[in-house]
Amino acid sequence: MPHDHHDHSGLSPSGHPYRADNDTPLSYWQRMEIAVRELLIEKGHLDAAAVAAQIDAMDARSPANGAAVVARAWTDPAFKARLLDNASQACRDMGFDIGPLHLIAVENTPDTHNMIVCTLCSCYPRNLLGLPPDWYKTREYRARAVREPRAVLREFGVDLPDSTTIRVHDSTADMRYIVLSARPAGTDGMTQDQLAALVTRDSMIGTGLPRTP
Amino acid sequence: MMDTDGRRWHDMGGQDAGPVCADDHDFALWEKRVDALMVLCGAKGFFTVDGLRRALEDMGEDAFETMSYYERWIAAINQNLLEYGAYTPSELGERMEQIAERGPTYAAAQKAHDA
Repeated sequence: MPHDHHDHSGLSPSGHPYRADNDTPLSYWQRMEIAVRELLIEKGHLDAAAVAAQIDAMDARSPANGAAVVARAWTDPAFKARLLDNASQACRDMGFDIGPLHLIAVENTPDTHNMIVCTLCSCYPRNLLGLPPDWYKTREYRARAVREPRAVLREFGVDLPDSTTIRVHDSTADMRYIVLSARPAGTDGMTQDQLAALVTRDSMIGTGLPRTP
Repeated sequence: MMDTDGRRWHDMGGQDAGPVCADDHDFALWEKRVDALMVLCGAKGFFTVDGLRRALEDMGEDAFETMSYYERWIAAINQNLLEYGAYTPSELGERMEQIAERGPTYAAAQKAHDA
């Protein structure tokens, strides 16, 4: 994106473009958010620090957490077995706050590829990966992922042979999925941290594959 | 709002739709606050994610097409909190009017200590 002004102007500390939302005219729904929050705080239902802390906790969740889980599964067979048996508990054991969610890890194999969707809404393993990308919540993804997953995958640049079985997992409010990709070839001897750097968000949704070294 | 196959509008799995637009964006502060309110109200037991979903689904397809994701969420959160009795409709209305008078932008409309 071209900039007329000096370096990094217009970018947040994390390198993302600032959004204009806070500078646009105050909307009806923004007023409702302020009003709801203020009323809850004034009536003692919530406190302002808890709201700020919850935002910080959500901001701290990112695909890097899931990547650490996947990389460990690639290098630690006992952990992988625990992950496939009970992903919620295996992730908690690594120190991640999964909350009450029932998390299920689905493993890609040489002949099977998994992808996840929430056809009804936007259910996503948010306690591990952070908030879902916009496209995950769109009509286009929700409607088509379960009907023509190969076509959807091609739009994400993943072209799988017809011989590959594609399993699409429809999430619910209580049951969330994460895809455990196959470890890429040529990664023998890499550390868990090096491997985690190969694990993309989309590879854990199943709309992508891990990077190759 | 039923389709001829008996499904409600939000049950869209398997329908025809256009290409997936892979755009993504970071969330604005007000959107993060809406998300935090949902999590905290759920933890307090004011309502459940099923209550949120029920309100979202009852808004109908028009809301899905015309409102943003977190606009729909704050509307659904508010509906559940009104049902719970956390505050009254008149309290909400009065407060929203006061907020409109504080300033023209989201930042200007915060209470001084929240800005």
